[in-house]
Amino acid sequence: MSAVAARVPVLEARGLVKHYGVVTALDGADFDLYPGEILALIGDNGAGKSTLIKALSGAIVPDRGEIFLNGTPVHFRNPLEARRNGIETVYQDLALAPALDIAENLFLGRELRRRDIIGIVLRVTDRPRMLREARAHIADLKINVGSMKQSVETLSGGQRQGVAVARAAAFASRVVIMDEPTAALGVRESGMVLDLIREVRARGTPVVLISHNMPQVFEIADRLHVMRLGRRVATITPASHSMTEAVALMTGAASSQGPTKG
Amino acid sequence: MLARLRWTEFGRDPGAAIARARLISTLGPLIALLLASIFFSIRTDRFLTTENLSLITQQVAVVGVLAIGQTLIILTAGVDLSCGAVMAFGTIVMTKLAVTHGVNPFLAIALGIGVCLGFGVLNGLLVTVLRLPPFIVTLGTLNIAFALTHITSNEETIANLPDPVVFFGNTFRFAGTTITYGSVLAVALTLITWFVLTKTVGGRHVYATGNNPDAARLAGVRTRRVLLAVYATAGLLYGIAALVLVGRTGVGDPQAGQSANLDSITAVVVGGTSLFGGRGSVLGTLVGTLIVGIFRNGLQLLGVAAIYQFLITGVLVILAVAVDQLSRRRQA
Ligand SMILES: Nc1ncnc2c1ncn2[C@@H]1O[C@H](COP(=O)(O)OP(=O)(O)OP(=O)(O)O)[C@@H](O)[C@H]1O
Ligand SMILES: [Mg+2]
Repeated sequence: MSAVAARVPVLEARGLVKHYGVVTALDGADFDLYPGEILALIGDNGAGKSTLIKALSGAIVPDRGEIFLNGTPVHFRNPLEARRNGIETVYQDLALAPALDIAENLFLGRELRRRDIIGIVLRVTDRPRMLREARAHIADLKINVGSMKQSVETLSGGQRQGVAVARAAAFASRVVIMDEPTAALGVRESGMVLDLIREVRARGTPVVLISHNMPQVFEIADRLHVMRLGRRVATITPASHSMTEAVALMTGAASSQGPTKG
Repeated sequence: MLARLRWTEFGRDPGAAIARARLISTLGPLIALLLASIFFSIRTDRFLTTENLSLITQQVAVVGVLAIGQTLIILTAGVDLSCGAVMAFGTIVMTKLAVTHGVNPFLAIALGIGVCLGFGVLNGLLVTVLRLPPFIVTLGTLNIAFALTHITSNEETIANLPDPVVFFGNTFRFAGTTITYGSVLAVALTLITWFVLTKTVGGRHVYATGNNPDAARLAGVRTRRVLLAVYATAGLLYGIAALVLVGRTGVGDPQAGQSANLDSITAVVVGGTSLFGGRGSVLGTLVGTLIVGIFRNGLQLLGVAAIYQFLITGVLVILAVAVDQLSRRRQA
């Protein structure tokens, strides 16, 4: 991993602070994501994982601290600005519209329009092209669904997750962030989602993954970012630490050995 | 795996249940329309005459236009209780300006429609900026519009309207039937709205915003702008409905349109659009409008007292909402 450490992080944060009233959700959190890696965010309930990724994806604005994209400071005021910068997020509740079909969900908010006069003037959508491209994105990640015209509510939990991941992967030019993507899934469907995550990495997009499932995390992640009480307390790898040691870091039973190498 | 396969065999997997619910909500209204027509054709001699069918098309035109606006709002999981009252105020504004104040009829029409548009924008701003519930907002504007109607009209009916103001009451003959331009306008507006809702970016955003506003917002849809546009367009349609109403009655009547609020909501839900937002079609609303109109007309022909028509409309709307609710619950 020494080659990784030498590179500039794709996404980096220094000293993020976020207060909710008297609660300090982030207390000077640092963050580094390197090109081409799967980074797992682990920590106890309330450690600040979701708050951290919300800051990184523009869903909240931190009180203090800095965020850098490819070394350049950025200030996202809303999720749209983060998305425009190539950062796509799969939210825990997936944020899909169940009554709309797969193609419409994939292109929601960035519908393709016909290139002729009625597309430009009347903003008429190019349905055939969206169906075609949706099919390509879904096939790209080897997601198994029948028709792009199927409404999302007719899909199984794993398939829905697949659609949400496909949407993120299709438009993420820099980073995909996923908040507990397997929490509600069975064994087989969790396996499908993990394969999807590897597929996204294989296409060159780094992935930030929040999960409480230690075996899963150790199976898939290149590095683990351990959070406790609103801070990063350690950065470890599945090779450098055991699951027991990782849990000890999360709970504070073991202290971190200071800032660790990647 | 095995469990899922077995489910599919018995047609009980969620996909099939949802597909069935969809089919019911699309075909149900058409079947109801057919059954009602057959029933009234058998029970009365006059129902299936060209004069009566022509009368029905004239009777439903006003509610038909109102219900288009109502559909837009219900698709966003809102509801508009003010539509009939806003329309009534629009009729008073345009007729009073044209007759009492001698304003150019076309300008009077434009101002009348503009007032309705203003009410739509007001509803929209209260819902999007102050984030008040549509039910309460439109209950408020219902009363405001109602009061303004009676204040400005002095409870007097305004007659002797200039020709342009009553244009949409004019008729032409088609296939042996007399049809008003108002009915044609209602159908044309329905088709235009259907096109916009199903084929354009803005239309798809209406469905997404109604179906899951948080998801739509996170996906980059400017949901507040969508809502504001929906309420404004609905207001504009109420103004057009006012013009159709004046054409049909030939007067500006402060008492008009009082049952139109509930009639338009009934037409939308009977037409298969979900009160929970994001599902439905303005074509269904056209069918729903016809169902409501045919019930009113048929019961009248049967000599059923008008008060029973209210009773039946009430039953119809509860039935339609119950079907919608039950099919949703099955999916959950
Ligand atoms: N919107 C909010 N309002 C008030 N407090 C909040 C809010 N969001 C988070 N918090 C608080 O901030 C702290 C960190 O929450 P966060 O959701 O980031 O934790 P988490 O690590 O994601 O936990 P979990 O594993 O349970 O999802 C918690 O104490 C939480 O109660
Ligand atoms: Mg969380």
